Amino acid sequence: MQAVVANSTLVRETPLIQVRDVSRVYAAADGKPVRAVDSASFSIAAGEFICILGPSGCGKSTLLMMIAGLLPPSGGSILFDGKPVDGPHDKFGMVFQDAVLFPWRTVQKNVELPHEVLGTAAPKRETIAKEMIDLVRLKGFESKYPHELSGGMQQRVSIARALSVQPALLLMDEPFGALDAMTREQMNLDVQRISIESKATVVFVTHSIVEAAFLSDRVLVMSGRPSTVRSIVDIDIPRPRRLEMMASDKLGSYVTKLRELLNETEGSHGQRS
Amino acid sequence: MASVLEVHEGRPDSARWWNGRSVSLPLTIVAFLLGWEFSVRLLEVQTYILPTPSAVAWKVFQDFRTGTIVGDFAVTLIEVLCGFAIAAIAGIAIGSAIALVGFLERTIYPFILAIQTIPKIALAPLFLIWFGYGLQSKVLTAALIALFPILVNVISGMRTIDDRRILLMRSLNASSMTIFLKARLPSMLPHLFAGLEVGIIFSVMGAIVGEFIGSSRGLGCLIVQRQASVDVAGVFSVLVYLSFMGIGLNFVLRTITKRYAFWSRSGGAVGA
Repeated sequence: MQAVVANSTLVRETPLIQVRDVSRVYAAADGKPVRAVDSASFSIAAGEFICILGPSGCGKSTLLMMIAGLLPPSGGSILFDGKPVDGPHDKFGMVFQDAVLFPWRTVQKNVELPHEVLGTAAPKRETIAKEMIDLVRLKGFESKYPHELSGGMQQRVSIARALSVQPALLLMDEPFGALDAMTREQMNLDVQRISIESKATVVFVTHSIVEAAFLSDRVLVMSGRPSTVRSIVDIDIPRPRRLEMMASDKLGSYVTKLRELLNETEGSHGQRS
Repeated sequence: MASVLEVHEGRPDSARWWNGRSVSLPLTIVAFLLGWEFSVRLLEVQTYILPTPSAVAWKVFQDFRTGTIVGDFAVTLIEVLCGFAIAAIAGIAIGSAIALVGFLERTIYPFILAIQTIPKIALAPLFLIWFGYGLQSKVLTAALIALFPILVNVISGMRTIDDRRILLMRSLNASSMTIFLKARLPSMLPHLFAGLEVGIIFSVMGAIVGEFIGSSRGLGCLIVQRQASVDVAGVFSVLVYLSFMGIGLNFVLRTITKRYAFWSRSGGAVGA
């Protein structure tokens, strides 16, 4: 992590992630090929917070899975730190739409899981897990089981788990989609704070325009199927951003702009959020 | 296929009367025993047809006091436990292999479904020929009968695993072995224990049937001997001891289930 950050400040020209002309085709139930993602190209600098915004089912999750190395692209290439991504990487942290916690493990043990897989010695991984639980503000809940936590807390455990490997890249696939509006806003604040504190590069998939505008340095606006990058919008609002800003004119103008871009891609049956 | 692959889910409400929360069940039992006792006495039913519960209770006490039943009880218990252990290990191993290896699923699984339709008890006489009158034939009969509920539950547990858990493990760059040990196996535990609960009872059944067909020791053998001498109260006494065994084994399994698969019955969208 440290190395990657230092590296990127020295050689600013090399982005952390390069997505070049990536496409993904899969066979539908009737055997016909379906293009989920088509010639998507963009790059992400180290330390950036990027949101991938698009209508539901547009293939933005597919794109994220390809960056994560969980799904091979049908065409094009994805480079991480200049090297092709050909499978899951130790330095990637994944957060899914659902927390996907193991119900037989306590919060502590769930957060330790990535380091167990890596084979880290027990005392070290226990310390790391405690730090991460502290970072997501769940101190005191270490020995609780997932079913004893609310949905928002479960998702925070999964964020702690993803952060425990000190990921160079944190990939989040609509992580707050299943939460209620109030919890979601709180989680947005938390994820901003965590991204600042951990200095991780974040790729965040969402279909909420406000969430994308609030969180991102840059927003990738995706078109509907086959999905491609319609445009990239810089969000020039200083951090840390506060919830009051959600009602501000500045954020409002970005939201309007993003909505217009989305509606262009959607045509008459515009999907919003 | 669905009917053959019946999944034995846990029955959360059946544990209730252990806690003594309900008084209706003890009352029902007392009423039943009293009704039995008095109808046998009033109708003057012969003891070689149906003994009174008090006669059975006396016999149960006698069997315990003289210690005649201890040896047979131990023999049957050993057969049950050995058979069950074999069935559990084989069930987990074969079930996992079938669920995880596509080739085995195509080749062995239809074969197993076909065997499912045979009443396994019918194979007990063959086991007697192959493995003799000793412990082995009973252990193997018990194992064979207990194997299927365990196997079927392991396979269904392996198949119903939440794909997202596997995806998570893959995102951590975990090997297949690690995924099996840390995600698949624990995910399957509630199904496995449901299978084991049925399996242990089937194992008792297998051991008793094996003893019926040919043996010189064990509770099943004792039933046959007492039946031959028209000692009906004696037969009932053995039944009482058999039910002690069944309840005891079931209790041990439930305790283990609560310890190791506690999260499956705690409700809520766990890990969702």
